[in-house]
Amino acid sequence: MRRISGRYSAAVAAAVATAIALIPQATAATSSRAGGSISLVAYSTPKEAYGQIISAFQKTKAGQGVSFQQSYAGSTEQAQAVVNGLHADVVALSLEPDITTLVKAGLVKPSWSKDRWHGIVTRSVVVFVLRNGNPKHIRDWEDLVKPGVQVVTPNPLTSGGARWNVMAAYGAMIRKGKTHKQAVAYLKKLFQHTVSQDKSAREALQTFLTGRGDVLLSYENEAILAQRKNQPVYYLIPKATIRIENPVAVTSNASDPAAARAFVAFLHTPTAQTIYGDNGYRPVDPKVIRQFNYPVRPWLFTIQRFGGWAKVQKQFFDPKTGIVTKIEEGLGH
Amino acid sequence: MARYALRFAALGYLAILLVLPVSLVFWRTFEHGLSAPWHAVTTHDARHAFWLTILIALVAVPANTIFGVALAIAIVRHRFPGKGLVNAIVDLPLALSPVVVGFALLLLYGRLGWFGPWLERHGIHVIFALPGMILATIFVSLPFVVREVVPVLREIGTEQEQAAATLGASGFATFRRVTLPAIRWAVAYGVVLTTARCLGEFGAVSVVSGHLAGKTETATLFVQDSFESFDVTGAYAASVVLALIAIATLVAMNAFRPKEETR
Amino acid sequence: MATRVVALPVPRAAPGGRALVHGLATLYLSLIVLLPLAALLSRSRVEGGHGFWEAVSGREAVSAVKLTLVASLIVALVNAVAGTALAWVLVRDRFVGQGLVNALIDLPFALPTIVAGLTLLALYGPRSSVDVNLAYTRAGVVLALLFVTLPFVVRTVQPTLIELDREMEDAAASLGAGSFATFRRIVLPNIVPAVLSGVALAFARAIGEFGSVVLISGNLPFKTEVASVFIYGQIQSSNPTGAAAISVLLLGISLAVLLAIGGIRRYASRHDL
Repeated sequence: MRRISGRYSAAVAAAVATAIALIPQATAATSSRAGGSISLVAYSTPKEAYGQIISAFQKTKAGQGVSFQQSYAGSTEQAQAVVNGLHADVVALSLEPDITTLVKAGLVKPSWSKDRWHGIVTRSVVVFVLRNGNPKHIRDWEDLVKPGVQVVTPNPLTSGGARWNVMAAYGAMIRKGKTHKQAVAYLKKLFQHTVSQDKSAREALQTFLTGRGDVLLSYENEAILAQRKNQPVYYLIPKATIRIENPVAVTSNASDPAAARAFVAFLHTPTAQTIYGDNGYRPVDPKVIRQFNYPVRPWLFTIQRFGGWAKVQKQFFDPKTGIVTKIEEGLGH
Repeated sequence: MARYALRFAALGYLAILLVLPVSLVFWRTFEHGLSAPWHAVTTHDARHAFWLTILIALVAVPANTIFGVALAIAIVRHRFPGKGLVNAIVDLPLALSPVVVGFALLLLYGRLGWFGPWLERHGIHVIFALPGMILATIFVSLPFVVREVVPVLREIGTEQEQAAATLGASGFATFRRVTLPAIRWAVAYGVVLTTARCLGEFGAVSVVSGHLAGKTETATLFVQDSFESFDVTGAYAASVVLALIAIATLVAMNAFRPKEETR
Repeated sequence: MATRVVALPVPRAAPGGRALVHGLATLYLSLIVLLPLAALLSRSRVEGGHGFWEAVSGREAVSAVKLTLVASLIVALVNAVAGTALAWVLVRDRFVGQGLVNALIDLPFALPTIVAGLTLLALYGPRSSVDVNLAYTRAGVVLALLFVTLPFVVRTVQPTLIELDREMEDAAASLGAGSFATFRRIVLPNIVPAVLSGVALAFARAIGEFGSVVLISGNLPFKTEVASVFIYGQIQSSNPTGAAAISVLLLGISLAVLLAIGGIRRYASRHDL
């Protein structure tokens, strides 16, 4: 009988000791090692790109010995996680409002975008991803609301990509001369044709690839990735589309600000910009982008056209009064 | 005749709901041989995911076993105000959606939570780190040891314990020499259930994990993340490993099942 | 030889030791369960009754909760029948592999929910080998819930069936009653508490289910989004009040169901069933 309690105590002691020994390592966001460590919290699509960029960074003088922790999920989901305490040194998100969320929470300095790049590290465009053969002959925005066409796009509440898609659709209508009211009516029809609401752009791509829907609205880089992974899809860029700009920022509670800033600086070097380009993103460095042949669309517009994200986020995506929120609720049945 | 119809219907139900889907996953995993799935589950991220799952269980299971037995004894043998409430609270984790469990922990230990500022000031990370995941797993697997031990304690009655007390044994000695041996199979069964629940936890850790690749991804999260990164092989292979562990659990459950439930 | 009765003082467990056990156990319970629960309740009331009501009456919330309740109810009823049938077959029947089948019943409990979801998606999803595609449908939701709730009714009915005295059934049979009539009039009333108990457990489990549903359902708002997925979405889109309100709602329903189980058990034991 003595043995039983001995065994119990030993087991307890072992478990507790293991836990104590390992908890610091698992929770330490900072490392007192000589290289420093960076926690990168990013949106869902650039996982492959950052994997390569990090390796390249670690070969540079500034990056030697720096260890990385990486997290990838829907852009807004990640912003929310950081607000809730997910430790981040560098945030790479899909669109500016998600960084603004962090600014409002005091986790990113308001001056994050005051460099020559305005805080932007990559660009892209909204494209239509289609099945091989394009059986429904989808060519332009109007085709998305033809009878029987099913559209896949993520949930605007959790996915940055979804909001780019919505503004691309809205903007295309405006660019074609429609009024604001007509453009909103188009958005309503577009949502009626939406058959899925995944949490992130990556998940929406997954959904589309399982055979759901006729067209996926996505980032150009996601489409390129899908093709590279030999998925049976191709993409076309509509004539009128929005220029996607993805921001990066160092957080104000970074555990190693010098290393974090060095990494962000590295993202603008030709090496990193080329890696982005190789992964389907459009580099912001004008010299680097010339090495790739990303098509320039005649009716490309930016979010600035509609007052910038600060205005658009409130007008369209406010959880209570936003235009898109109202559309989604109106569609509920 | 009715007997065969019933047997066929019941077993058929089991087949289409349970057996066929699970068998298909095994089939699809090993369809093209062993090497692809093997490589998928031996990547650094995969191995870390399984190791993290085991580590969490190594903390949660003993904790819930020790305190589970203590709670069971308190509930059955001792008299104290609020006993009924304690009984209900022990069952609470079974009534709560795992997502809600994770959310509640977020409300406590997240940066904006009750203890958030204090934790941040002291540099302690609970949410989006190992302690948070351990807390979530302990929460959801709490009831099992208690629920298995309570009926046995009730059944065996206090005679032997009282006899031991009469003979001069202290409380703890009585526990060690009389109570514990009597409940050991119930405890074993409870431990098996607790372990299974810990290894399989998904919803709660999904909320508090933070998706830190190679750091806060458990085996179950690895399955989901693999599936979403086009790594179907990885998802299936990890699922097969988890399924094999589940089958081992079934064997253990069968061995330790309380006698009233078997023939 | 005369025996002398010696009254020995009966030492009780040191009050300090008992208090320690109580104290530690209560502390553990409070830390692990009560504290998070308190935080949840508190958060749901942060915006007052008005805020709570607004959150639970939002259209998407109502849709998710409705789907959850209806699906769970369907699943509970199916389990009542299928679970009882399985329990019967495992207790009263005899066939090769019965032990294996008995062990398999617990597989949904032992298998992680996300793996369960994956296996269902494999056979009944877009790449199905039998050409059945339930992904993105409500039927898919029900399927996933049926999978995870399989063991509950079976395991509550089995012990009852085992203990059941067969005399009455034999008597009924000897009096010429058909097997179904015997079942209906003699067996059923005796196992009803066990069935209800299992049904309540299955229902409580189903309304909170997340991992198995999240893959096959597609999580379409207003169509296949269940309450737990809705809560997850609310958490991720910085609406903690909404998440807390629906969580408290679900918790309330579960508690009511659990109390019902408690009531059934007490009734059953009082009437010596």
